[in-house]
Amino acid sequence: MKIKALTAIAAVLLSAPTFVAADENAELIVNGEIEIVTKTAAPAHLAGALDEILSGWRFRADETQSLQTDDFDNPAMIFVDQGMDDWGTVDGSEGKSCASCHGDVEESMAGVRAEYPKWNDTAGEVRTIAQMVNECRTDRMGAEAHGYTSAKMARMEALISVQSRGMPVNVAIDGPAADMWEQGKEMFYSRTGQLELSCASCHEENYGNRIRSDHLSQGQINGFPVYRLKNAKLTTPHGRFKGCVRDTRAETYSPGSDDFVALELYVASRGNGLSVEGVSVRN
Amino acid sequence: MASGVKPRVKAPKKAAAGEIVTIKTLISHKMESGQRKNKDGSPIPRSIINRFTCDFNGKNVIDIEMAPAISTNPYFQFDAMIPEAGDMVFTWHDDDGDVYSTTKSIAIG
Repeated sequence: MKIKALTAIAAVLLSAPTFVAADENAELIVNGEIEIVTKTAAPAHLAGALDEILSGWRFRADETQSLQTDDFDNPAMIFVDQGMDDWGTVDGSEGKSCASCHGDVEESMAGVRAEYPKWNDTAGEVRTIAQMVNECRTDRMGAEAHGYTSAKMARMEALISVQSRGMPVNVAIDGPAADMWEQGKEMFYSRTGQLELSCASCHEENYGNRIRSDHLSQGQINGFPVYRLKNAKLTTPHGRFKGCVRDTRAETYSPGSDDFVALELYVASRGNGLSVEGVSVRN
Repeated sequence: MASGVKPRVKAPKKAAAGEIVTIKTLISHKMESGQRKNKDGSPIPRSIINRFTCDFNGKNVIDIEMAPAISTNPYFQFDAMIPEAGDMVFTWHDDDGDVYSTTKSIAIG
């Protein structure tokens, strides 16, 4: 009887993912002025999978959450400052900086983070922000491309992301991007590695439950690039994907590869409606 | 000079006489502990900020000695009573002898 009762309790726990954030109704407001949507209705394409989408912020402890309420307390802003220095620094054979063409970052990059990854007509493919940055560097500045997940790339992405904070993520999944989106969706639901885990195994079926003494989030990337307390650095979406795939004990894809671009497009679209939160702070 | 060092301070521009205000400070610094080794197995030399001070109109507010286990980009927050208008001078002392300094003026009003 006792065993049966325990099984029943376990079944209840499994069927309803409950998570134990300190204050479930806490809302995120940055600097007392930018309201960040961290919980909203799921986009239409997630019908049957999720009703509600939650930013990773909601899964963190009070102390970590509060680091994001003030830019001075947010350690990621140091990297945004460095990105700002890079923005105005001339590099490469053409004698140009980012600012030479794009001017004031606050104006030219507002809203960009909310829409990427995005179909690029000229290139005839879906492009990430990092790819666009590198195209500018190699083709227009005559400079060397940054490593896809390098510190320099992460802080440039951070600078660009901050210009869209508070705007809703709005990634297009139809039109020419549809094929890549389907590919990303298939990857999200495909089990991989020796542990035979798909992204969905953890981030859809088990969010809120614990793994390795931590809460599983929904795997939203609206907060990227994130400052991780564990290594005091910025992490980019592809860097995070690589870590996750590695943890399933699979061979990972390369950051910047078509596979990861497809996955980024799909995962980003799962957060359509949440605010761009980057740069965020996570464990 | 260690690279990428930049002091930051958040202090109110104005305070009432006798008011207690919160000061937040942060300096970006790698804070290399001296206990790590590089790929060849040779030790990476220690390079940290070893002292942080704050003075208000020439009078010391806090003076902190720092040790190698302190994390990168050290952050200090403290409360201070502002008796009069004046300048708050913050200084960070690097192992390599460099001193980084920044000043915030606080008015009474």
